[in-house]
Amino acid sequence: MDKTTFDFKEIQGREDRLAPGHRLCAGCGASIAVRNVLKALHPGDHAVVGNATGCLEVSSYTYPYTAYEDSYIHTAFENAGATLSGVETAYRVLRKKGKVGADYKFITFGGDGGTYDIGLQSLSGAMERGHDMVYVCYDNGAYMNTGIQRSSATPEFADTTTTPVGKVSTGKPQSRKDLAAVMAAHHIPYVGQTTFIGNMKDLYTKAERAIYTEGPAFLNIMAPCPRGWRYDAPKLGEICKLAVETCYWPLFEVAEGKWILNYEPKKKLPIEDFLKQQGRFKHLFKPENEHCIGEFQAEVDRRWEELLARCAG
Amino acid sequence: MAVRTRMSGNEAVAHAIRQIDPDVMPAFPITPSTEIPQYVSTMIANGEIETEFIPVESEHSAMSAAIGAGAAGARTFTATSSAGLALMWEVVYVAASTRLPLVMAVVNRGLTGPLNINAEHSDSMGARDSGWIQIYAENNQEAYDNMIQAYRIAEHADVHLPVMICQDGFITSHAVENISLLDDAPVKKFVGEYQPEHFLLNEKEPVAVGPYAVSNYCMEAKKAQAEAMIRSKKVILDVARDFEEISGRAYGFFEAYRMDDAEYAVAAIGSVCGTAKDAVDRLREKGVKAGLIKVRVFRPFPGEELAEALRGCKAVAIMDRCESYSGEGGPLGAELTAAMYRAKVTAETVNIVYGLSGRDVRVEDMEQVYADLRSMAEEGKRFAQYPYLGLRE
Repeated sequence: MDKTTFDFKEIQGREDRLAPGHRLCAGCGASIAVRNVLKALHPGDHAVVGNATGCLEVSSYTYPYTAYEDSYIHTAFENAGATLSGVETAYRVLRKKGKVGADYKFITFGGDGGTYDIGLQSLSGAMERGHDMVYVCYDNGAYMNTGIQRSSATPEFADTTTTPVGKVSTGKPQSRKDLAAVMAAHHIPYVGQTTFIGNMKDLYTKAERAIYTEGPAFLNIMAPCPRGWRYDAPKLGEICKLAVETCYWPLFEVAEGKWILNYEPKKKLPIEDFLKQQGRFKHLFKPENEHCIGEFQAEVDRRWEELLARCAG
Repeated sequence: MAVRTRMSGNEAVAHAIRQIDPDVMPAFPITPSTEIPQYVSTMIANGEIETEFIPVESEHSAMSAAIGAGAAGARTFTATSSAGLALMWEVVYVAASTRLPLVMAVVNRGLTGPLNINAEHSDSMGARDSGWIQIYAENNQEAYDNMIQAYRIAEHADVHLPVMICQDGFITSHAVENISLLDDAPVKKFVGEYQPEHFLLNEKEPVAVGPYAVSNYCMEAKKAQAEAMIRSKKVILDVARDFEEISGRAYGFFEAYRMDDAEYAVAAIGSVCGTAKDAVDRLREKGVKAGLIKVRVFRPFPGEELAEALRGCKAVAIMDRCESYSGEGGPLGAELTAAMYRAKVTAETVNIVYGLSGRDVRVEDMEQVYADLRSMAEEGKRFAQYPYLGLRE
């Protein structure tokens, strides 16, 4: 990452653009993602915030209350990319015609359901067309709003309500889609993958770069869900740290086609350290399922090596 | 000076768009409406208009982007047909409930299956309860004229609802006919500048669009939307009156053709009405008191007015270019019969399904419809609840 002007106090002192009082759960990663991405907007800059249907939408804009200080639009589940591309296009025309005076930034949020799955086409179209916008996926690895059904972002072996663990089932049979790589393959100016680490410097710098890079940008933010992952809410930060230290969730970015690894653990921790914190993987620690952990580890290793090669190249 | 020329229905709609010069047009091609985004793209490529075209990857995204652009404060247009409208389905409702004055040219084509690309009203009739105003055209002239009136209706402070401007696929959209075009200046003056009330890009007043609403609030929102649809009736007529002043062409909810003393009437929508008019003229020459009601506005449904126009008729054939699979007939049949019952208009009625998937309807077919109406009324002949016209035996 380029040199940054990260001043923790100044940034956290900025007025919140996601107001308190929304109805998301305690320990929910979505609100942390939104609050901190919006902190990366420079004070005084205008924005239109978009949102796919999901936990975030129903909890942050429940009529007649909105938690957003900026203009906000939600239309449906699978179309956050398309909806914001309409807003952004309108902005360009109205700006040219002198009907809108201020500068605006365009940021839309979707969960992994609205992004990896049902909204993938709309996202892909918006990125390919080159709209000047940021699409932020808060990836909690399942359809949490409808009650923890699997998504293509759900890790292998996770216990969800549509991949339940049972007598002949060890949870989700498939491993997760690597959406950041899919978005990088769109050859857009900026793709970043991050989560909540330390003082949020990684998230902040990526969000700022995404917002202030001209053209389309995509951010993939791992945002744990205490209900779906079944961890104690205060352990949120620890789980994020373990996801990074085990290389399950590497911090990287693809800027103008260049792959950059932002953090390399000094000592890569075994994947058990990440899995054992979460109730959705509890079954993997039964003796008969030991091989699952081995398979999980092998997949993490394979992807990590692939990422290292991309970043070295 | 009005220009007399000839062009297809799609070209006529595109010409109106050139004159209106909307801010944003997201669209995805689908037969038979494809020419409209093609014409508009060419105008943009030649610098004739300032419209921004969004080449979206699907119709669902076309309507989603249209909602985004409309909410941002842009005058927005799109076009589609058939499966394209069906794919938009979910967001078509969102557009109306968000109270956005979008305009969509719908070039009517049947829904699959079997897969077919020809004229039928099943696409827009399927969206009849979506909260959009629907205005139908008999020919290219009406498609053009309706297009010019659309934004005035949609953007009116008493309305704030999206409008579908419908015409029959191929029969109207592709057939080249004579047309009278207005000059650019009077059209621009008639349509006027768009001044949105609340919009996302108003830096003085940020606004949130598209809430989740619990049962405590939802029903009131829907009632407000329904009231706007009712209020649009007056606006549609006011706009038509203003349009007559610049064009000399009069429009209402429907056209009553030779209905003054009519005993036998057909009520229908779209291009078939041209054919029906020829049949009426032939029958009138023979002394048969035949007439036609051409429904122009289907949403809001002018039930009282239509029923009143049919009062005094002995028998009425209500014709649907659409199967609703209710086992009872088509949508116009159901709604007009109900309106007649409420108004105590007691003519015999028959609901005829015709022209599905582009099946041709000839003047002779329409003459037979009138002959059947006479035998219904005068000989007491009974017909099937809803016969198909021109079905191969």
